[in-house]
This record gives sequence, C-alpha cells and structure tokens, in this order.
Amino acid sequence: MIFPALFFYLFAVLCVGSAFMVIAARNPVHSVLFLILAFVNASGLFLLMGAEFLAMILVVVYVGAVAVLFLFVVMMLDVDFAELKQGFLQYLPVGALVAAILLAELMMVGGAWVINPAVVKAVVAPIPGNVTNTEALGLVLYTRYIHYFQLAGIVLLVAMIGAIVLTLRHKPNIKRQSIPDQVARTKATAMEVRKVASGQGLKETAQ
Amino acid sequence: MYQAIVFLPLAGFLIAGLFGRVIGHRASELVTTALLFVSLALSWVAFATIGFGHHDVVVPVMEWINSGDLKIAWTLRVDTLTAVMLVVVTSVSALVHLYSIGYMHEDPHRARFFAYLSLFTFAMLMLVTANNLAQLYFGWEGVGLASYLLIGFWYHKPEANAAAIKAFVVNRVGDFGFALGIFAVFMMIGSIDLETIFAGAPALAGKAIDFFGWKVDALTLICLFLFMGAMGKSAQFLLHTWLPDAMEGPTPVSALIHAATMVTAGVFMVARLSPLFELAPNAKAVVMFIGATTAFFAATVGLVQNDIKRIVAYSTCSQLGYMFVAMGAGAYSVGMFHLFTHAFFKALLFLGSGSVIHAMHHEQDIRHMGGLKDRIPFTYIVMVIGTLALTGFPLTAGYFSKDAIIESAYAAHNPFAIYAFALTVVAAALTSFYSWRLIFKTFHGAPHDRHHYEAAHESPLVMLVPLAVLAAGSILAGFPFKELFAGHGIEEFFRGSLKMDGGEHGIINAMHHIPATVANVPTVMMVLGFAVAWLFYIRNPSLPVELARQHEGLYKFLLNKWYFDELYEVIFVRPTKWLGRFLWKKGDGWLIDGFGPDGVSARVLDVTRRAVALQSGYLYHYAFAMLIGVAGLITWFMFGGAGVH
Amino acid sequence: MGFEIAGYSLLPVVPELVLAVGAMALLMIGAYRGDRVTGLVTGLAVFLVVIAAALVLWLPPGRLVTFNGSFIVDDFARFMKILTLTGSAVTLLFSRGFVAAATRRMFEFAILILLSTVGMMVLISAGDLISLYLGLELMSLALYVVAASQRDNLKSTEAGLKYFVLGALSSGMLLYGASLIYGFTGTVSFAGIAAAAKSGSLGLVFGLVFLLAGLCFKVSAVPFHMWTPDVYEGAPTPVTAFFASAPKVAALAVFVRATMTAFPGITQEWQQIVVFVAIASMALGAFAGIGQRNIKRLMAYSSIGHMGFALVGLAAGTPEGTQGVLVYIAIYLTMTLGAFAVILALSRHGEAVETISDFAGLSRTNPLLAFFMAMLLFSLAGVPPLAGFFAKFYVFLAAMKAGLFTLAVLGVLSSVIGAYYYLVIIKVMYFDEPIGAMEPARGELRAVLAVTGLFNMLFFVYPAPLIDVATLAAKSLF
Repeated sequence: MIFPALFFYLFAVLCVGSAFMVIAARNPVHSVLFLILAFVNASGLFLLMGAEFLAMILVVVYVGAVAVLFLFVVMMLDVDFAELKQGFLQYLPVGALVAAILLAELMMVGGAWVINPAVVKAVVAPIPGNVTNTEALGLVLYTRYIHYFQLAGIVLLVAMIGAIVLTLRHKPNIKRQSIPDQVARTKATAMEVRKVASGQGLKETAQ
Repeated sequence: MYQAIVFLPLAGFLIAGLFGRVIGHRASELVTTALLFVSLALSWVAFATIGFGHHDVVVPVMEWINSGDLKIAWTLRVDTLTAVMLVVVTSVSALVHLYSIGYMHEDPHRARFFAYLSLFTFAMLMLVTANNLAQLYFGWEGVGLASYLLIGFWYHKPEANAAAIKAFVVNRVGDFGFALGIFAVFMMIGSIDLETIFAGAPALAGKAIDFFGWKVDALTLICLFLFMGAMGKSAQFLLHTWLPDAMEGPTPVSALIHAATMVTAGVFMVARLSPLFELAPNAKAVVMFIGATTAFFAATVGLVQNDIKRIVAYSTCSQLGYMFVAMGAGAYSVGMFHLFTHAFFKALLFLGSGSVIHAMHHEQDIRHMGGLKDRIPFTYIVMVIGTLALTGFPLTAGYFSKDAIIESAYAAHNPFAIYAFALTVVAAALTSFYSWRLIFKTFHGAPHDRHHYEAAHESPLVMLVPLAVLAAGSILAGFPFKELFAGHGIEEFFRGSLKMDGGEHGIINAMHHIPATVANVPTVMMVLGFAVAWLFYIRNPSLPVELARQHEGLYKFLLNKWYFDELYEVIFVRPTKWLGRFLWKKGDGWLIDGFGPDGVSARVLDVTRRAVALQSGYLYHYAFAMLIGVAGLITWFMFGGAGVH
Repeated sequence: MGFEIAGYSLLPVVPELVLAVGAMALLMIGAYRGDRVTGLVTGLAVFLVVIAAALVLWLPPGRLVTFNGSFIVDDFARFMKILTLTGSAVTLLFSRGFVAAATRRMFEFAILILLSTVGMMVLISAGDLISLYLGLELMSLALYVVAASQRDNLKSTEAGLKYFVLGALSSGMLLYGASLIYGFTGTVSFAGIAAAAKSGSLGLVFGLVFLLAGLCFKVSAVPFHMWTPDVYEGAPTPVTAFFASAPKVAALAVFVRATMTAFPGITQEWQQIVVFVAIASMALGAFAGIGQRNIKRLMAYSSIGHMGFALVGLAAGTPEGTQGVLVYIAIYLTMTLGAFAVILALSRHGEAVETISDFAGLSRTNPLLAFFMAMLLFSLAGVPPLAGFFAKFYVFLAAMKAGLFTLAVLGVLSSVIGAYYYLVIIKVMYFDEPIGAMEPARGELRAVLAVTGLFNMLFFVYPAPLIDVATLAAKSLF
C-alpha cells in the first residue's frame, strides 16, 4: 500500500508548490495556470480520500469554468502587475517578520497537535456501504443539511443580484436585436415597390 | 419674642436685598429701620425679663447638623450676658439705621446699604444668641462677611476695596485660630454645645493635647486658640491693622460695626466662654498682656493721627484692649460693663464724626477743620459729651466702667497685673489727650479751610436724634448699671452666664479693697491729658509742631502706626504674593497646566494625529494591521504567560 | 404538525422564511416592473420587516431548536433579532428618500437589505460554526454590494471594494479558526465544542484567536477596524446608517453567543482577547475620532469606540456582563439611528452635507433638530441622566464586579476623551455662526429622531422594561 502514500505526497507537494507559484509568478497568466494545477492536484487528493464526486466537481467547476474564466479575464484586462507590486519590497522586511512569527507559531501548534480521538471517528454522517459517493451526498444534502443548503442558495442569490446591480447598465441609444419586433414584421411594413421612370430617379429616396 | 428679635433683621435684609429695586430706596430704608426698632423694643423687654426676672431662656429653632457624634441644632440661648449684648446691638443698630437715612441720602445704592446693615445685625444677633460654638462661628463669619461688604460698600474706591480685603484676610487669621479652638474643644469634649462644654471643662484640667509632638495643656491651648479668634475680630495687638483701614467704609458702618458691635464680639466670646478661661490662668495672662499692650499701643498711635475717623478707630482699638484687660483679670462683668458703656459713647463719637464729615462735605482731616463749634453747635455738644465719657470724666458712663477696669487690673492675681495696670493708667492719660486734641482741633481755634467752614451746616434731624439718644446713653449708662456689672449685684444679675470668682479673694471683692489713691489715678490722668491737650492746641498751638520736629523719629514712628503695616508687608504680604505668583506661574501654569489639562490635551492630540495617520487608505495596510493583530494575539498567548499549555 | 422539512420543525425559522420568500417576491415585482416601483418595493420591505419582527415575538416562548442544533431561538436571539429588525426597518425608512431620487432609483437596494437581514437573523440564531459562517457571509455579501451601490461614485465603489477584500480576508481567518477548532474538538456545534473544550490547549486557542479575529472584523473592533472609517465615509449615508446599526447588533450577538456557549471552558483565554480588543477599540475610537472633520467618519470612530464599550461587558464573562452588552447595544442602536437621522436630514440646496462645520448654527436654523442632536450626542458621550450613561454604567459595573478594574478605569478615561468630539459638534451647532438654512427634514427622519431622542432623554425615568428583558435574554445563554 505504498502507492496511495506516494500519490498523496505527490499531490500534496504539487498542490502547495503550485499554490505558492500562484502568488510568486510574475506573469498573471502563469498564475492562473498554476491555480489550475493546484485545483487539479486538490482533486487528486479528494480522489485518494474516496470522494470521487467532489474530485470531479472540482475539476469540472473550478478548473473547467472558474479558472478558465479567470484566464480569459486576466488575458483581456491589461493589469500591470509590476505596478501593483511596487510597494512589495518596501514592506517585505516587516511582512516577512510577521509571516515568520506566524509560521513559527503555526509550527509549534503543529508540534503540539494532538489529534482528537473524536476527529478520527468523527464521521458525522457515515456513508452507507451500498450507496455511491454521489448518492450519499445527495441523501444528506437535502435532508440533514437542508438548512445550510438553502442558506448557501440565498448567498448565491445575493451574489447574483449583487453582480447584476453593480455591473448591469441600461444604456440608452444602443441598438439591440428585438426578436419579437423582427418576427412581427410583415411584408407590408417591410417593403414598398416603386416604379421608377428611367432617367428621372426617385427624389424621395435620397433620404 | 426671642426669635423675632433675631429674625426680624433677617427679614429686613431679605426684603431690602431681594426686592430693594422693586420697592425703592425709601421703602427699603423704612422697612429695615422699622423692623430694627421693633427688634430693639423686644430686646429691652428681653433685657428686663432676663436680667431682672432671673430666668434664662433657651429657644430651639431647628435641627442643623446630625453627623455621627456631631449634633448641632439652631438654638437661641438668652441669658443675661446675651441680653446685654442684645440691647447693645439692637440699640446701636437701630440708631445707626435711623442715622443712615440722613447720612446716606445721596447714595444711589441705599437699598443695598440697608440690606447689608440688616444682614450684619442678624449675624451679630445670631452670634450673641448662639448656644453652641458652630452657631457662634456662623454668626462670627456672618458679621465678617457683612463687615467686608460694608467696608467695601463704595466698591469703586480702590482704598475701600483694599480695606475690605484687608479686614477679611486679617480676620481669617483669627478665625483660623478660632476654628482650631472649636476643633480642639470637640476633640477633647466630644461636643460643641456650650452646656456640655462647661460641664466637661473642669474634667479637662491637667490634660494635654499632643500638638505636633508638643504636649500642651489642653485648656490653655484651647483658650489661646479661641482668643486668637477674639484678637482678630476685636482688632487686638498684632491683628489690629485692619481696623483703622476699615474706616474707608461709610461712617455709620464704622459706628455700628467698628465701634459698638462687631469688634466687641471677641470680648463677648471670651466672656461667654469664661468657664473655660477661668480654668486656664496662663491663657488669662496672655489675654491681659495683649489687652494692655493694645490699650497702650493704640492710644500712642492715636496721639498723632490726623484723620478724624482714624483717631476714633485707634481709640476703639485701645478701649477694646481695656476690655480684654478686664477679661484677663477675671472680671468679666467689668469688661462687659465697659463694652456696654463704650458702645454708647463710641457710637456717639463715630456718628458725631460722621456729622462733622457730613457738614464738611466728606472732609476727614482734622487739620483742615477748626472753629466748627459755631457752625455745628449741636454736634459739638454731643461730641464733647462723648469725649467726656470716653476719657472717664466723673459720673459719665465711661468713668464707672473704665475706672473699674483699671481697678480690676490692679487687683488681679495675674502675672501681668502690674504691667496692665501701668499701661492702662498711661493709656488713660493718652486717651484724654488725643480725645481733647480731636475736639480742640476740630471745633476750636481758627478755621483752616475757609471755604469748607463757610459751607458747613448742621446735619438733618434724622441724624441728630440718634446723636441725642446716644449722648444721653453716654451719660446715663454708667451709674444705674454700676452695681449690676461691677458691684455687688453681679451674682444676682449674671448668674450662670459668667463664671467669676466671687469668693472672699475673688476679683470683685479685691477691687473694692484697693487703695483710694489707686482708684483716683485714672481721674488724675484724665485731667492731665486734658491739660496737655489744652496747652498744645488752645494755649500754644506751635508747641506740638516744635515737639514733633525735635522728636521726629518718635513722631514718625507713631504716625506710621509703629510701622506695623510695613512690617507685615515685608514679613507676610510680599512672601505670600511671591509664593502666589510662583505657584501661579510655575506651579499652576507650568506644572499643573503643562502636565495636567494642557499637557493631557496636547498629548491627546498627538495620539489622535498618529491614530489618524494609521488610516492611510491603502488596502494592504489595513490587511496588514489585521494580520499583525492576529499575530500579536497569538504571540501573547504563546509567550505572554497567558497560561496556555 | 406537518410544518416541517426532512424531520426538522420549520416553526423557529418562520420569520426568516417570511423575510427570504418575501424578498424574492419583491425581487420578482422589481424585475418585471423595473425601477419605477422602487418606492413600492421599499415600502413593502419595511412592511415585511415589521411582519418578521411580529413573528419573532409570536413564536412560542422558551428555547426552540431545529436543524440539528444549528438554529436556536431563545430569549437572547429574540432580543437581538428585534433590535436587528428595528435597525433594518429604520434604515429602509431612511433609504426611501435616498432611492427615490431619480438618478439613484434602485429597487434591489431594499431586497439586498432584506436578504442581509435574513443573514443577520441566521447569524443571531446560529448554533454551530457552519450556520455562523453562512449567516455571516449572507449578511456581508449583501453589505458589500450596498456599500458599492452608487457605482458611479468613486468613493462608494472604493468603499465596496475595500470592504469586500478585507471582508474576504476576515472570512478566511474565521474559516481557518473554525477549521482549527473543528480539528481540536471534533465538532462544529457550539454545545459540542463547549463539551470538548475544557482546557485551553494551544491549538484550540489558536483557532479561537482566528475565529474571534473574524468576528472582531464584523463588529469593527481594533485592530480589525481599519475598513470602518473608509467604508462609512464612502458608502451612501443610508447604507452607513445600516452598517452602524443592524450588522453591529448581529455580529455582536454572535460574538456573545459563540464565546458564551461554545467556549465557557476557556473563558480565561477569550477574556484576554476581548479585554485587549475592548481597550484598543475604546482608546482608538476616542483618540482618532477627535481628528475627524467628516461626520460619517466620526460616526465610524464613534461606533468603533462604542463596540469597545459593549465588549467591556462581554469581557466580564458573567450574566451581568451579558446583560450589560444587551442594554448597551440596544441603547447604542437608538443613539446611532437618531444621529444618522440628523445626518441624513442635513442637506443644503439639495446637496447632502457631511462635514462637521456644516452643523454650524444649526440651533438657530433648525432649533428642534439641533436640540435632539445635542441630546443624542450627550447620550453618545455618556452624560447622565441620558440613556447612554446607563449603557456605559451597566457594562462598567459588570466589569468591576468581575474584577476587571483596569478595564473599567481605562473605559471611563476613554469615554472622557471621546466625549470631546461629541461636545465639539454641540459647540458648533450652538455657538458657531450659521452658514445657511437647511432644507426641512423628511417626515420619517423627524419621526425617527423624535422617537430615539425621547427614548434617550426619558430612559432614566423608567428603565425597568429594557433592563428586565435584557436580564431575561442574558439568562437564556447560561
């Protein structure tokens, strides 16, 4: 059973490494690509834990949709990251000091980590043996965790409203396609047949 | 009735003080004067009832303070001593009110003046009817306040303001001692009620108070503290400087406060507390010494003064010294007798001076007067009567009381008895001299200021009536009361209100067994003084000038009042002012303000500037602040000894 | 009864349900009728909030628990929900005038406030870390949006963005702390955590610090307050009024509930954090407020300081302390709403004015307004016998009883310093020369001002109802 362990370390190291590169990369496009790499590795970790549904969702949603969207946005926006990082060096010593202190303290916590026996068997809702991962999720999501689920739904609703409120602009004087208008056109309103005498032209058409 | 005596003047004060503008000057004058006369009538009734009816009255008014051991009630205590004072105070006050209607008739603030007069009278009555030391102190401070207000009545005069402040401050020195005395009494006896104090006083004999590590005989210390208060109020030697300056106030005020009533409060207080003083012979010695010194000192200064009111003021000072000599001798009733008679003739002299000043259009320098006896004969006559009484001309009021004092000084069993006797005898001659000097320079001789002389006119009737009454009093207040105050009627008259050694070797007995030569010495002195004055100012007016030139040092010394003002200026006033300025500039301005309000507010602004500067507007600063906060808290828990394991 | 879902009774969440469903219905109205119905939607939203408040009171008494312990309705929750709903309703009233202006018509404003209120109510009732987080996010997300709602205004968008980024950071901290706590206790429910956390192990305290950091951000306690002045200043004034009222109540409620019910075993530890944060907040609120010229920024520092005072009560960790917090926040709500009513009422020539110097001579141009404002400012400063004094009195008393004398003394000192800037406004109103007449205030602003002003002035006459209810509410946590 050395393979799961090997893969765990592979995924874990890659995940942390690419997460670091997300913030360390100079090119923003590279950052997003590293983000995708981190997501993929995280889904690998989920797979190792037997949570194949979450793993797939992560790939589909985060990698397939969110990260790719990010990529487009970053590529389309001309963000001058060099300028954003200007103050970086100036604050580096203080920032590094605080970060070092926090890191040291986290390590001490890690050293003092006593895994609570309850956590080991803290299987809040044990997955029944005969159902799939997805089915099990579905079984609790709409029953036991209905509260959270609905709340999350409202949060998303708010996010949607907020996005619309902050971005949607009804600009006047913009030509829009109106399908009902197009459909409602009849031959009578759409065209007119005129006889034109040769050599005379049609004065009204000049408009 | 007793409440009415005390509170009618208060009512007058409230009416004139609060509604003076509404009801007008004339109404204010009338109301206050009328109420005072009612009070006066009741006082004489009370005097008769108490003094001759042989029973004391204690009238509870209301609870005042009830705090732990300290229980104080407003109570009016009326015994013979009080009754005498009631009569003196209301009589003089009523006459002064009446007199003031005439004297102040040009003043635009008359309502305020009469309100103050009534306030003073109320406080004085409160003082003399006190049944405990707190009430006494209340009246004491009340008269001090009223005195301050009245001396400074013409507040636009800088000298009046300065004099008012001086009077107040010097009195505070005495009051400080008085307050310490009250505290000491309360500490030793546990009460400030007079009855309790008198009952507990004998038990204190021989006990000591630890005064800053210095063991002092309790009774002596208490009595000296109390006497210190009396010295301030009665302008005794060392604390006398305010009284002459107080003459800046309107003359009726001088008559009321600085002659007849307030300045005698010290004498009254010692008499009132005679049971304590009787037990403290050392304190009595001090009282006698101070009294005799004052009598002599003030008389010498009076010799050369030129301000008519100041002469009378120094005379007052001197006469108060006489009273204290009697107190020191243990002859309290004799002191009270002089107080009683003195009130009449000194008020008369002051009001007479006021009449002169009024006639001379507020000219007070006797060098500018002269020959006035033809212009204002009535005033002249009453002034002569007052002078006769003051100098102790036989059968006038002053003759009986003053001679009694000198006799008591001779007879007293006191280490300073001979000292006091000698000084009072000399002072009697000096008194006679300066009094006649005043009369001669003012009323005789050639007018020095023709213009003023021509314009001089007799005062209105409303001023002359009080003069007449007082003149009558100056003559008649002596003989009828001699037996009661200084004769064999003392025991029966005063009963428990004064504690005197009435035994075979007691002071009163001893007084009656002194050689006839001694008894006649004051009269001789009086004649001597008169003769010299006559020689100097009628017979040969160039003589005093010559004398002054020959002994210029002595003359200046006396003219400048023994240089006491200058001495105090150097010893107390300047260092105090320097200290005040130091504390103001350095202590308050630099230290307290600098590190206190100003400093704190400046530091607050500094902190504010920094706190505002933190708010840079940069997102990463904000985020960083949050991270530092978290990191700091965690670090605190890990290494700060917060007890996490 | 059949009123349940998946075996969980829906009764306790009826008010939230009504609000959420109502908000969605209003959304439909708005979506189909456009911005013309802004006024109607706002009015209906107020109505909905009032209904929700009535429903909160209508719920059967006692402690109601549903959704497996993640939703709790007790007296504490009822008290706080009523306060929150009051804040929301008043803010919606405030916004009527604001959104009515043709250029700012935005029906979503009311809906966002409603949904944010739903989040607050969930937050107040949260019985575990997950519903805590969800409620917090629901509340905050809507707040970010309304802060930036004037999207053509640079300051407003900046405020929204700052709030959002820092809020995300604080959420991250909170989640990090929550996961640490879960890791050390094996449960997310407050009751379970309380049972597991008997001693302050380092990891647990670590998690606690992060969790409290997230909560401190929401109540804008120092040093997690930095967003407050900028956001208060940048956001539209009705939004600022909202920020200063309802979310503060909700965040403080969850702060109290989390510390009291989840970490009673390690009171020693969180007490230290709260003491530090309280002192820092009081001091900064007092000092930095003095330097402000903009009334909204000043109110930001004022609210920072007041949150510090409220946390003093929490630091006591006793029922009295909790009661003090409840009384404090209730009175704070009235003072803040009243003050903002005045700020909203100030406009000259159709332009809202925001600097303190604009108050000059208000006592002569609008005497009644100035009087009520002065009373509210005195109350904010804690001058007896106004309500603000009693608020401070109860928290300091609780702190003293708990032995936190230094805290109480520092609190009193900073309230003295803080009094300065309130008094400056009064001085400007009463002693400076007026610049020009203000436009008459809208009716609802006047009504709010009158009610809050009178409450603050007359509280001392009959304080018993509020005190009693607060005592009851505080008891339900212990």
